[in-house]
Amino acid sequence: MTTPTTETTPRVVHGPKRPGTPALEARNLTKHFPVHQFRGRQVVHAVEDISLALPEGTVTAVVGESGSGKSTLARLLTQLITPTSGELLLDGKPVGTSARERRAYTSQVHLVLQDPFSSLNGVHSVRYHLERPLKLHRKPGRGELDALAKSLLERVALSPAENYIDKFPHELSGGQRQRVAIARGLAVQPRVLLADEPVSMLDVSIRLGVLNLLDDLRERERLAILYVTHDIASARYLADTVVVMYAGQVVESGPATQITDSPAHPYTQLLLSAAPDPSRTEPVELRGRGAPPSLVDPPSGCRFHPRCPFAMAVCKETAPPALPAGGDQVAACWLLSPDHAPTTAADATPSATDE
Amino acid sequence: MTASGHLGEPVLEIRDLCVDYGVGKKAVRAITDATLTLHRGEVLGLAGESGSGKSTLAYALTRLLRAPGVITGGQVLFHSRPQGSDTTRTVDLLAAGVEELRVVRWSELSVVFQSAMHALNPVARIDAQLTDMLKVHRRKMTAEQRKERAIELLRMVGITSDRLLSYPHELSGGMRQRVMIAMALALEPQVVLMDEPTTALDVVTQREILEELMQLRQRLGFAVIFITHDLSLLIELADSIAIMYAGRIVERGGAQELFHSPRHPYTLGLINSFPALHGEKVRMEGIPGSPPALTSLPGGCAFHPRCTFALDRCSEEIPVLQRPVADSDGTERTAACWLQTDGQTVPQQLALPASAKLPAPRGEAAGAELPEPDGSIK
Ligand SMILES: Nc1ncnc2c1ncn2[C@@H]1O[C@H](COP(=O)(O)OP(=O)(O)OP(=O)(O)O)[C@@H](O)[C@H]1O
Ligand SMILES: Nc1ncnc2c1ncn2[C@@H]1O[C@H](COP(=O)(O)OP(=O)(O)OP(=O)(O)O)[C@@H](O)[C@H]1O
Ligand code: SF4
Ligand SMILES: [Mg+2]
Ligand SMILES: [Mg+2]
Repeated sequence: MTTPTTETTPRVVHGPKRPGTPALEARNLTKHFPVHQFRGRQVVHAVEDISLALPEGTVTAVVGESGSGKSTLARLLTQLITPTSGELLLDGKPVGTSARERRAYTSQVHLVLQDPFSSLNGVHSVRYHLERPLKLHRKPGRGELDALAKSLLERVALSPAENYIDKFPHELSGGQRQRVAIARGLAVQPRVLLADEPVSMLDVSIRLGVLNLLDDLRERERLAILYVTHDIASARYLADTVVVMYAGQVVESGPATQITDSPAHPYTQLLLSAAPDPSRTEPVELRGRGAPPSLVDPPSGCRFHPRCPFAMAVCKETAPPALPAGGDQVAACWLLSPDHAPTTAADATPSATDE
Repeated sequence: MTASGHLGEPVLEIRDLCVDYGVGKKAVRAITDATLTLHRGEVLGLAGESGSGKSTLAYALTRLLRAPGVITGGQVLFHSRPQGSDTTRTVDLLAAGVEELRVVRWSELSVVFQSAMHALNPVARIDAQLTDMLKVHRRKMTAEQRKERAIELLRMVGITSDRLLSYPHELSGGMRQRVMIAMALALEPQVVLMDEPTTALDVVTQREILEELMQLRQRLGFAVIFITHDLSLLIELADSIAIMYAGRIVERGGAQELFHSPRHPYTLGLINSFPALHGEKVRMEGIPGSPPALTSLPGGCAFHPRCTFALDRCSEEIPVLQRPVADSDGTERTAACWLQTDGQTVPQQLALPASAKLPAPRGEAAGAELPEPDGSIK
């Protein structure tokens, strides 16, 4: 018995606020995967009505627990999967579906995957991995190819490039492989880089190197970057804006440090209180134990309400819209609505659990 | 938490443990001269990046190492003091016979491995996995008592009795990990060894499980060796920490001391590889280069090619673990770094006062006496 939202709220676009047209914009993206169960056809509500703008020269981090829909969102943005509804705009123009338009789109929006071991082909050298997309997309002259490939390696800080260009994937470390995978992405001169957990399979000591590289590309090449991660500390480190997903929906977004310093949504507060923090001096108090819900039959109203320590009657009935939480921060939580929030000051704001 | 100074007596002493993979010419040294002491009731963290030898150490000391792994030297002294007993029996696990090992393993020293999916029997319901184990090790228990005990153990780790009849694949990853922990605690061991028990889980589930584990330790008094690559988690969780690099322990100290005043450049680099959740955002550099392969370890200190402080000596001689110059006589800290030897000017970042910030008391455990290991689960 899901009650549809009664108020018609203006569409809230998550992501860094910058003047001008964003490089990539997603409007009301929704993805329902069909699943076959014994009771007939059902769907997994993997991504629900997400609007996101990625301006050039910015990093947007998407954080959330396993299964919250982060990868599905990234794959929707690359057009690897077709949305159930919603649309994509590249530089403000709607993206068409013809083969030619799709090809043009893939050269503009590039996805970097988690696993630097499987994303490169072991039988081919670094040179092959870089020259192939260069030939296809840039059609360089005979003499240019080698120089172009080497400059790609220099751009991902694999220098001097001669030392790397004729190596095979197994001769490189995990971090170096991930750099090659990123360099290959740059070969097609994309405007947008989508990185789905790009460092989670790398050794701890080399993760920062790759994150810093993404930051340099944002700065130097003005790329619009989407960084998908379950590590909220690294999201804070790299991103301008953090978008928090829970059960297929965005529950909160805003400037990175603002989200981690003063989270407004109870789920963001839970995530932060559970995150490892060596400087923590107080014991953790987890508010909202348990696990995320089934996405086949998600809870009514606010999807977090069964776990939420602050849930009120309205939370079960009606899904909360994204409400302003100060600055550019928004959170989809009824506690932020003057009509629903408890009146006593002590209850009014769920304070962060670990201050 | 057990503040240093409240440590119980040693329960496990690892001395000069060496492990190779392969024999003869093809042998590759995976662990060199590992020396560590675990005290009763202590949580000892073992951190280091992938391939540094953490799991190898864990398998070797429990004698679960499989070929081509070979223990080539050292001792693992287990000072066992079974429940209710006040006499301590010392066993060298590396010299122990099969029967002796069988007694020690599980009932006195148990293990939780990285992947619970592999460790649980996929075709047995979880109640059966627990009662079968009790049947083997607690022969005097009746079927009824075993069943009760299984329910109690699962309740202890937060699994309600309605899940008792589930098969492993019907449980979430977090619940399987909890079952593994229940099994590891079933026979009330004195030492629990955990190899990345929560790495595959979400942070909220991880936190819930760790909370339970710490409460149980408080109540039952077992000691834990906790292996992870997540140093930031370990600093919060452990009493003391050993850092491994390329098969050697390179630094050892109290968790908070290590965090606030690292002595080894690798430890410093690792700490600087974890972005903070608070404070101003600053660019961090991690550690240059990447970890070496065991088959081509750099000479001298294996870390020297990545070390920004390396001296000439570092590429020639292997540093041994010793008390750092900056620390006073009484300290238990050790670091294997040439910078920390007499006559060296230690870089400021590696010479911060050890007592700069002591951990604030955490929870009720702070300052409390350690529970005796005979605390019953009831
Ligand atoms: N092809 C598919 N068919 C059916 N369900 C799918 C499919 N792909 C994803 N899902 C489901 O959609 C939900 C979101 O999955 P997604 O992979 O986007 O999560 P995620 O946030 O990336 O998780 P993780 O952190 O584990 O990578 C999950 O419930 C998942 O099982
Ligand atoms: N069966 C084997 N044969 C040969 N070498 C091995 C074998 N098992 C492990 N090694 C090597 O021993 C070293 C230590 O491995 P180990 O699994 O102990 O590392 P670890 O610190 O646990 O790493 P991780 O964090 O990835 O679990 C690695 O370099 C590894 O390649
Ligand atoms: S809307 Fe209600 S249930 Fe949802 S997070 Fe806010 S208070 Fe909790
Ligand atoms: Mg994913
Ligand atoms: Mg391991």
